[in-house]
Amino acid sequence: MSRVPLPYGPKVLELFRNPKNAGAMEDATVSATAGSPICGDVIAIYLKIGEGDVIERATFESYGCAANIATASILTEMVKGKTLREAWEITWRDIAEELGGLPSIKFHCGTLAVGALRRAIRAYYEKRGKPPWLPEEATLEEKQALEAERMGEILSRRIGGGDVERSPR
Amino acid sequence: MYKYHGVIGFGVAMFSVEELLKMHGEAEREVYLDLENSAPVAPEVLEAMLPYFSEKAYGNPSITHKPGWMAYDVIQRALENFRRWLGASRVEEINFTPGETEANNLALIGAAQGNKRKGRRIVISAIEPLSILHVAEHILKPLGFDVVKIPVDEEGFIDLDSLDEAVNGETILVSLSAVNHEIGTIQPLREAVELVRDRNPEAVFHTDASDAYGRIPLDVERLGVDMATVSSYKILGPRGIAALYVREGVEVKRLLEGQLGTQRLWPGVENVPLIVGFQKASELIFRDFDGKTSHMKHLRDQLMDGILNSISGTLLNGPREERAPDNVNISFLGCEGEALTIELSLRGVYVSSGSACTRRLLQPSHVLTAIGRRPEEAHGSILMKVSWLHSDKDVDYVLRVLPEAVERLRGLSPLKEG
Repeated sequence: MSRVPLPYGPKVLELFRNPKNAGAMEDATVSATAGSPICGDVIAIYLKIGEGDVIERATFESYGCAANIATASILTEMVKGKTLREAWEITWRDIAEELGGLPSIKFHCGTLAVGALRRAIRAYYEKRGKPPWLPEEATLEEKQALEAERMGEILSRRIGGGDVERSPR
Repeated sequence: MYKYHGVIGFGVAMFSVEELLKMHGEAEREVYLDLENSAPVAPEVLEAMLPYFSEKAYGNPSITHKPGWMAYDVIQRALENFRRWLGASRVEEINFTPGETEANNLALIGAAQGNKRKGRRIVISAIEPLSILHVAEHILKPLGFDVVKIPVDEEGFIDLDSLDEAVNGETILVSLSAVNHEIGTIQPLREAVELVRDRNPEAVFHTDASDAYGRIPLDVERLGVDMATVSSYKILGPRGIAALYVREGVEVKRLLEGQLGTQRLWPGVENVPLIVGFQKASELIFRDFDGKTSHMKHLRDQLMDGILNSISGTLLNGPREERAPDNVNISFLGCEGEALTIELSLRGVYVSSGSACTRRLLQPSHVLTAIGRRPEEAHGSILMKVSWLHSDKDVDYVLRVLPEAVERLRGLSPLKEG
């Protein structure tokens, strides 16, 4: 169980220190979360969607490490002014690139942020009817968010109080 | 200059750590509380060590010339001092190793190999440091030893009934830390030793006393242990040196082979400057043991009570009584530990966390989970250790910046308290 080498890039540290678009949005059109407090990271994304399905504003909340906060923050910057279809195309790699790189162990923060965003987009179209470009099947990032949540459940069952004699082998 | 390679997309980005450090700016004050993981040496220690790098006693103590004899003399004096500080009966019972990890590996693997004719069972606790836990699970178990982990209660005290059950005629080795490295629990070691002796007088009893040495009274004869690991950097000595006490007559096999010098259990040339530093750090503590440990206790309580009283949603990890004088470990609910260590680093306060995010596997500290902390409680844990070099002003500064740091991170979180 080694420690993570964590020299974050300056952009990650700057966004951690002064995150843009932090906080819940009172008048959000739609919002979604991804992740599990048991795994130590949760991202919530809030979107204000205007005419033509354009994202007018986006904010985030984050419970997690510095990379978690930075990825959520940069994503809210990246989606501003984009249509939902354009925003859907953003991948965790785009986020990592925009941040000037992420330690490999922190890639999942990017997938979690994208997972939350895509969940919000799906939620938006749930009431309005699915557009043809929106895939039926969950994408990589959505699957990984689900995976993290499942892992949280497993961990909480396995690590639950004092179960040391049957602890991980 | 060290560069970090962060993989992005299909290319590779290079971050300069220098840039990262520059972003820290000038903190109003710097308070280093991560003595669990490394520490600065005390100024007197550095001063004592310096001449031994190039001015004197730089010879090999096993060779017959003046620099060699000088080194031999330094080591013999150091061995005698450590013998006295540990309450051992003979200098031959003290072995210097290049660190606690090596000392613990030597103790466990060496004693298991040396006693395997007598049985296969090895008993440890669920909250041992990884240099015990992983050695038992990943080295000894695959070699056919039967490793039994005994549980602890919610304050980290070993369960003596489970120990009683675990030790049988097959048991060749028991290893229990004197003080837990993460949560500061002072174990009832004397009782544990007696219990093990009653069950099986042949079993070898090892204690990792890295967090006891120089902080609580420690006497190997009085405790009745057969082996004890003691640490240098945790008492402001240099890293790269530790000692393993091995009672005369206890069978321990060497881990490494090579040229033997004054140290029976560890081959290679003795590291005289580090031994001198370790000795100086010990001397500084033992010269005024009560004064220095009371000072630590005072700072520990100021810090612990200050945090628990001023910040809501906090949990003390480990006991309040029977706690090491240097240890503060608190979980900040709704805060992720890695983020909090970075937030505090930007404010000049250096601590570590038991969060999964500071580890490669998505699992929080095994010590915190063993005492029943839920993962989300362990993720928000912060470990701080005070030393005799810290002052009230250091603690005051931490108590000033910590609430702001916690509040800022909680403000970003979608999880509401409770």
